[in-house]
Formats: sequence, C-alpha cells, structure tokens
Amino acid sequence: MEWLPTLWFVLIAILWLGYLFLEGFDLGVGMLMGTMARNDRERRVMLNTIGPVWDGNEVWLLTAGGATFAAFPHWYASLFSGLYIPLALVLAALIFRAVSIEYRGKARGTTSLRLWNLAMSLGSFVAAFGVGAMLALTTLGLPLNANGDRVGGAFAWFGWEAVLGGLAVVGYCLIQALAFLRLKTDGAMRVRSGVLLVRWMPLGLLPLVLWALVVAYRNDSVIAWGLLTLAAIGLVIAWGTAKRGREGHSFTWLGVALVLGVATIFTAVFPVVLPSTLDPAFNLTVYNASSSAYTLKLMSIVAAFGLPLVLAYQAWSYWVFRKRIHENHIPEVHQVTAVVK
Amino acid sequence: MDALEIARWQFGITTVYHFLMVPLTIGLGLVVAVLQTVWLRTGNEQWLRMTKFWGKLFLINFIMGVATGIVQEFQFGMAWSEYSRFVGDVFGAPLAMEALLAFFVESTFLGLWIFGWKKLPPKLHLATIWAAALASILSAYFILVANSWMQHPVGTEIVDGRAVMTDAWAVFTNNTALVTFPHTIFGAFAVAGGFLLGISWFHLYRRRSEGIDSVDVNGRVIVGEGTGKGRTRDRTDYKVWISSLRIGAVIAVVSFAGVAFSGHEQAKLMFEQQPMKMAAAEAACHDGTGFSVLTLGDIRGDGATSCDDVVAVFELPGLLSYLANGDFETPVRGVNTLIPEYQERYGTHYPDEEYLGQYAGQEINYLPVMEVTYWGFRLMITLGGLSAVAAAVALWLTRKGTVPQSKWISRLAVLGIAAPFGANAFGWIFTEMGRQPFVVAPNPQMGGVDQVFMYTAAAVSPTVSAGEMLFSTILLTVIYGVLLVVELVLLTRYIRGGVGSAMPELHQEKDDSANDPDQHDGDVLAFAY
Ligand code: HDD
Ligand code: HEM
Ligand code: HEM
Repeated sequence: MEWLPTLWFVLIAILWLGYLFLEGFDLGVGMLMGTMARNDRERRVMLNTIGPVWDGNEVWLLTAGGATFAAFPHWYASLFSGLYIPLALVLAALIFRAVSIEYRGKARGTTSLRLWNLAMSLGSFVAAFGVGAMLALTTLGLPLNANGDRVGGAFAWFGWEAVLGGLAVVGYCLIQALAFLRLKTDGAMRVRSGVLLVRWMPLGLLPLVLWALVVAYRNDSVIAWGLLTLAAIGLVIAWGTAKRGREGHSFTWLGVALVLGVATIFTAVFPVVLPSTLDPAFNLTVYNASSSAYTLKLMSIVAAFGLPLVLAYQAWSYWVFRKRIHENHIPEVHQVTAVVK
Repeated sequence: MDALEIARWQFGITTVYHFLMVPLTIGLGLVVAVLQTVWLRTGNEQWLRMTKFWGKLFLINFIMGVATGIVQEFQFGMAWSEYSRFVGDVFGAPLAMEALLAFFVESTFLGLWIFGWKKLPPKLHLATIWAAALASILSAYFILVANSWMQHPVGTEIVDGRAVMTDAWAVFTNNTALVTFPHTIFGAFAVAGGFLLGISWFHLYRRRSEGIDSVDVNGRVIVGEGTGKGRTRDRTDYKVWISSLRIGAVIAVVSFAGVAFSGHEQAKLMFEQQPMKMAAAEAACHDGTGFSVLTLGDIRGDGATSCDDVVAVFELPGLLSYLANGDFETPVRGVNTLIPEYQERYGTHYPDEEYLGQYAGQEINYLPVMEVTYWGFRLMITLGGLSAVAAAVALWLTRKGTVPQSKWISRLAVLGIAAPFGANAFGWIFTEMGRQPFVVAPNPQMGGVDQVFMYTAAAVSPTVSAGEMLFSTILLTVIYGVLLVVELVLLTRYIRGGVGSAMPELHQEKDDSANDPDQHDGDVLAFAY
C-alpha cells in the first residue's frame, strides 16, 4: 500500500485546485466590487453572480484543510502552526467576507453599506493573498526544526516567497473573476469586464507563472518543465480567445492553464510536501508526514464515494443558475419598514 | 499568561461562540423544512409565511455559524499542532468526512434553496432545504464522533508515540458518541423551541396591545385585522404566530424530555469512563450516593486539601447513585479516593521533557476546576429545565388562542429565548473543562481505554509564542464581539418587522410605486442579495 500516501498527495492537490478554480472567481469578484463597480446596482449584479455558490466554493478550502489533517497530520500541523499570524488574518478576512455577503443587503444607511463593501473587498483580498502565501511557502519552504516546528519567531515565514505566492493568487483571482463576470453578466458589466480582462491578463498572471518557474527551477524535473510549457501555451490560448471575444473558451482555457500550473508545482515538489529551509533532513515528505495505511484506506473509500457526488451536485447548481444577470434583473432593495414601537 | 493558557482561552471563547449559532442552525433548519413541507401539502398561505419568516432568521444566524466554523477547523493546526500530530490519524478522519459529506451538501443546497424559489420546481426546491437541514445534523454527528473520541479514545493503538486508528467501526460507533449525539441534537431543538416560542409571544402580545386582537368574556380570542403601511396584521398573520408559538412550546417540552433521558445515559457512561469528571461535577470529596443540590465552601480545584472544606448543604440521597449506576445504593467514588488512583496509573508528575515547557517535571493536578464543573452541570440542567417549565406554562396560558396582556410575562418570554442557549454553553464548558488535565482523556475503569491519552499541556504548538496566541485571541474576540452586536441588531430588526420583513411581496400590492417601468417582471430574481 505504498502508493496510498501518493494517492492522497494527488487528491489534496485536486482539492486545492478545486478551491483555486472555484473560489478564485468569487474572491476576485469580491475584490472587484471595491474597484470596478460604478454604483450600488452594479455591485449587486456582481454579488449575485456568486450569491448561490460562494459558500459551496469555500468548503473546498475546508475540505483541503480537513483532508490534509486526516491524511498528512504532520504537514497540517507544521504548516498551520508555522504560519500562525498570516492564517489568523486569513480567518479574520474570511469571517468578514462571509458575513458581509449575507448582511450588506440588510444594511441601513450609506455608512454601514460602505463598511460592508470594504469588508467584502478587503476580506477577499487578504484571504486570497494569505492563501497564496501559504501555498507558496509549502512548496518553497519554512524554517522547520527536527520536530517540524517553525523556529525564528512569529515572522520567520516572511520573505519574497510569501509575497510572490500572495500576488500570484490575488492576480489569478482577479483575472478569473473578470472572465467569470464576462460570462455571467449582461450589458455594460459584460463589456467592461471583457475589456479589462484582455488588458490585464498578462500582468495578472505573471506572478503565478514566476512562482511555477521558481518551483520547477529548484526541483528541476523534466515532467514539471513539460507541464509548465503546456500551461504557458494554455495561457496564450486563453488570452487569444479572450481577445477575440470568445467568452466561454477563454474561461475554459484559463481553467486548463490553472490545472497544468498546479500540476507543475505539485509534481515538481513531489515527494516533499513542506521543505525545511534549515536542513533537508527535516523536510516533511509524502512518506514521513502521512497517516497510517488503515486510515488512508478508509479515507480513500469515503473520497471515492464522496468526491464524485460533490462534483455532480455542484455542477448541477451551476447549471440551475446558468442565466446571465443584468441590472434589470435586480429587484429593488427591500427595507424592513415595519419597525414601529 | 503562557501560550497554553491563552490557547485554552481562545479555544474556549471561539468554540462556545460557534456553539451559539450551531444549535439554532440545527434546530431551526429542520423546523423550516417541515414548515415548507406542510405548505406544499396544504397550499395554505399561513405556512408559506412561516417558512419565509423563520427561514429569514435561520439565514441571518446560519452565516455566523459558517464564519466561526472555519476558525474551528484551522485552530487545531495553528494552536494545537502537537495535538494534531498525535491524533491526526484518528481525529482527522471524521473532520475530513464532515467537510466532504456534510458541509458540501449544506452549503450547496442552501444556496439552491435561497436562490431557487422560482427557478426550481416546488418539490425539488423543498428537497433542497431538507438536504441542507439533514446535512447539518450529519455534520453534528461527525464532529461529535471526533469529540467523543477525546473523551473515550476507542479503536486506537499507540504506535511510535502517536495514536493510530485500528478499528474505524469502533470509532464511529463509540458509545460516548452514540449518547452525546442525541443529547446535543435535543439540546439544539430546545434552543429552536424557545426561539419560536419567545418571538411568537412577542408578536401576539403586540397584536393585543395594539388592539387588533381581543378576548371575549370566556377569555377566547377574537382575531382582528389591522391596517398600517408595510405591516402584516391580518388574520393569517395571527395564525402564523399562534401556530409558531404552540409548535415551539411542544418542541421545547419534548426536547427537554430528550435531553434528560440522554443526559442520564451520559452520566452513567461518564461515571464509568471519566469518574473524576463526575466527582468534580458533584464537588464530592468522599464516596457517597447523594446528589448535591447545594454545596458551599471552598470548592476550588487547587488540590485535595481544599476539597475537605466543602460543606454539602442539601443533598438528595441516592440520586447521584441513580444517575451514575441506575440504583440508589452503590456509592460513587469521591475526589479523595480518585486522586491516588489517577496518580498510581498516570504518575504524580509530568515527564521532565522539553516539549512540556514550564510544566516539565511539575506535579500533575488531576482535579478539574470544581467551581466550573459543579456550577456548569447545574446551570445546564436548571436553565434547560426552566425553559421547559416555561414552555409548558405557555401552552396552558395560550390554550384559548392568545397571550395574556401582561407586560412582564411577555418580557420574560423574550428573555426566555436565551436560557437554552445558556444551557448548551454550560453543558460544553462542563464537558470540556471536566476532562482536564487531559485533552484526550484516559478511562481508568476496568475494561476502559487506559493507555491512549494526552495531557493538554503537551498538546499546544511548541514554538508558537504567547504573543502570537494573544494576537489572534484578541483579534477574534473583538471581531466576535462586534459581530454579535450586528447579528442581534439585525435579528431584532427582522423580528420586529414580522412576516413582512421576509416577504416584501406582502406589501407591494398596496404600494403602486413598486411597479418600476423598466423592470421586465418575469426576469427579476425572486431573491437577490
Ligand atoms: C453539534 C454540532 C456541532 C459542533 C459540536 C461543532 N459544529 Fe461546526 N457547524 C455545525 C455543527 C457543529 C453546523 C450546524 O453544521 C454548522 C453551523 C452553521 C453551519 O453552517 O453549519 C457548522 C459550521 C461549521 C463550519 C463551516 C461550514 C460551512 O462553511 O458550511 C466549520 C468549518 C465547522 N463548523 C467546524 C467545526 C469544528 C472544527 C468544530 C469543533 C471544534 C465544530 N465545528 C463544532
Ligand atoms: C470536536 C473537537 C474538539 C476538540 C478537538 C476540542 C479540544 C479542546 C482543546 C484542545 C481545548 C483546550 C484545552 C482545554 O482548556 O481544555 C478545549 C477547550 C475547550 N473546549 Fe473543546 N474541543 C472540541 C470540541 C468542543 C466543542 C464542540 C465545544 C463546544 C462548545 C468545546 C468547548 C470547549 C471549551 C468551553 C473549552 C475551554 C475549556 C478550558 O478553558 O479549559 N470543545 N477543547
Ligand atoms: C436533566 C437534564 C440533563 C442531564 C442529566 C444532562 C446530563 C449531561 C451530562 C452528564 C453531560 C456530560 C457528558 C460528558 O461529559 O461525557 C452533558 C453534557 C451536555 N449537555 Fe446536558 N444534561 C441535561 C440537560 C441539558 C440541557 C437542557 C441542555 C441544553 C439545552 C444540555 C446540553 C448539553 C450539552 C451541549 C453538553 C455537552 C455535549 C455533550 O457532552 O453531550 N443538557 N449533559
């Protein structure tokens, strides 16, 4: 059963991929609500493109975390405790974001509305940046001692790697969100997101490409280089189709490029799941960080049954809400009027 | 304070807070599903209104449960990394299953329910709320399996100093989990029952004091109809509140029977599995059979010596033995008997090892903080009991169709919403703090699981500093405090607004300006943020 830890490494990569692909656009939409929308109606159009699905998307993060806990407890423990401060900020950001989605429409008065908008866009930004930093550091390393504990103080994780990863995910989310909005809205919003998408795609995806380059370079595997090349081709196609106004195609190719990019990164680092920058002997690997074969087998059975099911009903929910949203579809704000003493 | 103490405070604060939202989500979710089912079956407008109104409050609360749940999931790795390494093989599995099998269903189908009102065929739409509600109950089962394993670590062996799962069936059918699950679920319904009751009472009271409803000479209600812009004060509105009130009261009474019954089963198991927790819950120093109703004196958990100052003021003879053993004679062992037993089995001092930090080589205090366990246990039962009695009284008082016009009873009814929340919080505080000094508790009794255990002092993340812990604790506590105020303000606003606040269509008919010319009616979303 030596392949079980490897299988779980692949599954966790898939869970992260699912998270980045799906929550990618809803984090991006959250950030864009702060910058791109011209008025509150547009903000509501944007919010309603992700309204029915954002919580389901966020569960991919929880599942990635939970699966790491179950399959690679050492990886989970070292990574999460090592990144204590940034993860605390991510949690705060995710809280604000979630609550603002549900509560902003219930706000009374422009000040509270403005505060909720800020919570949404800033929360989305911090969450994307923090998750990016975490993923970059699990591929590029933390100062871990023999027990797998981070040494060097609360900010030992901070460095260009964390910033690069943060920018990579933020940039990716913004681009993904523009492609998504172009696909899901109608009218002025559709046109504007198309223009912005074509203009910003190369710059937005640059940090992600750089990160993949660094990982491939450090680990120098032929497969990784091959995958990276394919990913780059995918990006070029995504850009080309975006330019020609092929909305569905460009969104799909962006997804393909992400799959290949994540595959590049995870194949390059395999079998190391969290390198120690102090001593390679302290690296956490697929083999020394995993759970017992018994637990992995149990979890494999559950995943074999559960994961396809999740994919099926989530796909169905996207189908149900497939219709484009136009400003005219947004009902009037409903204020609770009947507050009488 | 050291990192360990701060981490404990953080876990306690965030978990109790999470568990303010959880029981309401679980209880109200199922209630809403049933209401919508009745509406589809009968086609009666009253049930639609109930579905919409309680559904709205459900959603305002649900989102806070989601937001605070994420913190729980991350916290194990962040603050309790040694714990995560030690238990991951066993404990991670139910947690991952909870996410994969329950949270995905809950979140996806709730999204479909909220936005699917006009998009899905009615029966399919109904199925989505059932899926979400049942998934939240499933999620409770998984997390309680994880928690019960910490109370009673079955199906496990220690390999290379780590707990390794050897029998998944044993873990998932842990007898501790099987009794904890109904207790927690009934506790959640007690919350939902009190919530329905208190809010409906408030509305019926308002209808009466505004002169809309009145009573005849026999005290029977005469339902009236009121007008007023944007307010629903018609006859259906009356039915909404009286039905909700009576349903809530029945739920509250039945749930209390449920918690009492399952709680008794739990006490029997606890006596077997964690005798020290039971003794501490009774502040019982010496072996005995009586259940203490009031015990005074110095019940602080700083060692066996102070325990001797405890004076039992009033005991119910035999009841403790009944709770623990099911008979009235067998004495329950007290703290003074148990401490030497624990010391003999698990040592008098912590191992003198670096990973224990300042606790290395220190003496182990096997006695949980008795003030907390003693009062936690009693407050849980008392608050729960009070709300059940109140619900029974409410059923009697409303038998003629409306509420009495007494200001202070109506205030009490609204206040009564809080009691079951309190009972839940105290139940958890008792359960978790009664387990100290262990985070994974050994079961010293004959045939118990004796060799799988972990000290709380050994569980905390070794190199995370007290400063980091303090930062996140303050950050989260402040955010939680602010959001609690926001949630309460919103809930109050929607509650006061009544059904109309959840159903804009109710007053749009009377309001001509709602017909905005550039809206194509068929396309407007039935629900939008
Ligand atoms: C008995 C029930 C129960 C208990 C003891 C806990 N929870 Fe909880 N949790 C729920 C019952 C629940 C729920 C009813 O399923 C919630 C409440 C609101 C919601 O969305 O689902 C939830 C939400 C919720 C979420 C968000 C899910 C989403 O995004 O939809 C997470 C990640 C957790 N919880 C994790 C935890 C952890 C790690 C706990 C242990 C310390 C914990 N919960 C205790
Ligand atoms: C299911 C997984 C759970 C785990 C792994 C867990 C673990 C822990 C840990 C490590 C602590 C800190 C050590 C301590 O002080 O006891 C703690 C404390 C606490 N937990 Fe749990 N717990 C779990 C579930 C819950 C739940 C569902 C509640 C319900 C609200 C809860 C309530 C508390 C409370 C109130 C404390 C504070 C006790 C104190 O300060 O000593 N726990 N728990
Ligand atoms: C006659 C009434 C009750 C009895 C005998 C009782 C008994 C118990 C016992 C023995 C425990 C500890 C289990 C352990 O640590 O192993 C417990 C825990 C708990 N109780 Fe109660 N209880 C009663 C009423 C209530 C009520 C009314 C509520 C809430 C509305 C409630 C909510 C809880 C919760 C949330 C816990 C912690 C989770 C758990 O261990 O199940 N209980 N109860």
